[in-house]
Amino acid sequence: MAALQSLRLPAKLTDRLSTGWLNFAVLFLILLPLVIGVGLVIKSLPLLEQASTWKMLSSAEFSPQQGHFGFYAFIMGSALVTLLSFVLSAPVCLLAAIYLTEYSPAWLTQTMYFVIDVLAGIPSVVYGVWGVLVVVPLLAGYVAPALGLSTTGYCLLSGGVVLAIMAVPYMLNMLMEVFRSVPVELKEASLSLGATYWETIKWVVLRKGITGIIAALSLGISKALGETIAVLMVVGNVAKVPKSVFDAAYPLPALIANNYGDMMSVPLYDSALMFAALLLFVIILVFNSITNVLLSRVKEV
Amino acid sequence: MSASYPIPGNKIRLTESFDAGFLEEPSFKAGSLDADGQIEQSISTPQQNAYSTNDQKAPAILSIKNFNVQAAGSTILKNINLEIPKGKITVLLGPSGCGKTTLLKCLNRLSDLHPSLKVNGKILIDGEDIFHPTQDLTKIRQKMGLLSQRPFPLPMSIYKNIAYGLKIKGIRDKKVIKEKVEKHLKDVGLWEEVKDRLHGPAARLSIGQQQRLCLARGLAVGPEIILADEPTSALDPISSRKIEEEFLRLKEDYTLIVVTHILRQARRLADHIVFMYFGEVIEQGTPDEIFNHPKSDILKQYLQSGH
Ligand SMILES: Nc1ncnc2c1ncn2[C@@H]1O[C@H](COP(=O)(O)OP(=O)(O)OP(=O)(O)O)[C@@H](O)[C@H]1O
Ligand SMILES: [Mg+2]
Repeated sequence: MAALQSLRLPAKLTDRLSTGWLNFAVLFLILLPLVIGVGLVIKSLPLLEQASTWKMLSSAEFSPQQGHFGFYAFIMGSALVTLLSFVLSAPVCLLAAIYLTEYSPAWLTQTMYFVIDVLAGIPSVVYGVWGVLVVVPLLAGYVAPALGLSTTGYCLLSGGVVLAIMAVPYMLNMLMEVFRSVPVELKEASLSLGATYWETIKWVVLRKGITGIIAALSLGISKALGETIAVLMVVGNVAKVPKSVFDAAYPLPALIANNYGDMMSVPLYDSALMFAALLLFVIILVFNSITNVLLSRVKEV
Repeated sequence: MSASYPIPGNKIRLTESFDAGFLEEPSFKAGSLDADGQIEQSISTPQQNAYSTNDQKAPAILSIKNFNVQAAGSTILKNINLEIPKGKITVLLGPSGCGKTTLLKCLNRLSDLHPSLKVNGKILIDGEDIFHPTQDLTKIRQKMGLLSQRPFPLPMSIYKNIAYGLKIKGIRDKKVIKEKVEKHLKDVGLWEEVKDRLHGPAARLSIGQQQRLCLARGLAVGPEIILADEPTSALDPISSRKIEEEFLRLKEDYTLIVVTHILRQARRLADHIVFMYFGEVIEQGTPDEIFNHPKSDILKQYLQSGH
């Protein structure tokens, strides 16, 4: 005991050591994206020196053998599949989270927490397989024909549906936390002023939780933007800007995953893939900056 | 009075008014029915009923009848029978955890938000049972303004905090809303402090300011009854006095139920005092009866340690 006591470092020193560690950890975390970004820029330089950046961003022609590297179709593919998954999942998650935290019986909420955990634990490749086995044939065999259209089923909509389902556990879990953290006394205050329960949710609970809601939805979007394998399996992977949700698309992560390591004999190809990664990186950066501005706007209430 | 007054679990009912029909004025009987359905003899000392000598004429605006609240096996409120006189200030006294807040919340049927609470018994406002399943809850709640123990400003501006209840009531006229906001902020003595930042977030106010804002917000809805749960707990003596004066003024038009731990305040405010202990009403009466002639030993002890 006494020996242990004497082994103890003086409080001031441990304090300094731990602050040192904390500073180091924070610095590391701040530098990490910077290092990744710089690395991607360096690796894309060969391509950037050859072609105009603007042309690569605005052209949809992608034929590496001819030396045409247009990324417009991929950017649109990523944007559209993400947008679609957001449109499909966000309203459902928001309403479900309100229902599960404010209205449903306790056992249902508990069951849903379990379901959410299971859904979140399923690897994305399984969602991809499920998309191929269920969503793709469903769209090709039933949905599109019912609308008088034809599709292979490997299309934007399949990607959107699969991504939406993958985003649900994350968004729902966060949204439920947000609503649960609104103090019951706040609801009581609103109710005792004569508001109905629904008015209370609309004007008090949603208002109180707005920052959390924005954070949860943006997490869902970030996840959809970066998701690779499940989308790649169902989205068709054709380097053309899709004209309808039943057309194939080719998001940026799929481009990288499909080709990295295979086509390296083609000149500038690896540099092009690095540039695709850089694009994705920048898109996520811009998106998160927008979210932050939005959050700071609505923050204080 | 015997010195070993059995608490809790005593079977003596200090409220004698127990009645079967609830529409008439409370009737007084020599004995009362307790939770087990047994007739108990009232204790030997002469009892005061809800309307003791000086407020004999005040009719009851709220009647609480055989009211019980249970949570997970424990009893929070036990067979409460109370008549709240109209146009008076009723003060609830009692040690921490005795169920005062729970009682106030039940009056507003906020127990609905806590499924773990099992409620039975009746609470009648103007003869209507607020726990009746077809009751219009928003109306009931608008009749009573609840000032919670800790202030919870709504997540919006100071101005909107007060305008909220008005809008809920369907008042759309901007001018009317503006006038009311100003009037009620002045009533609680907050106007001078906030008039330049009405559109700033209410959460930035100090706790004492929030407490007064919540009072103003409650008054704006035009309730008949004001339920105030330790309304001055975060206020300095001067602001406390202001609120007390406001309460005494409000008495003209409203009925007030005030929870407080400050005995002097109870003395200054109360027309009628209810003393609770472990979820039961032990004794009630005028301030004079409660403070100068307490009957039960628990109340005597409570008063002694309070000075
Ligand atoms: N939702 C609930 N579930 C279970 N028990 C509860 C609940 N609400 C209150 N209680 C219990 O009921 C008892 C009375 O609580 P209450 O808040 O009414 O006391 P109080 O008289 O207002 O005390 P204080 O003077 O400290 O404010 C406490 O023991 C509390 O733990
Ligand atoms: Mg309390």
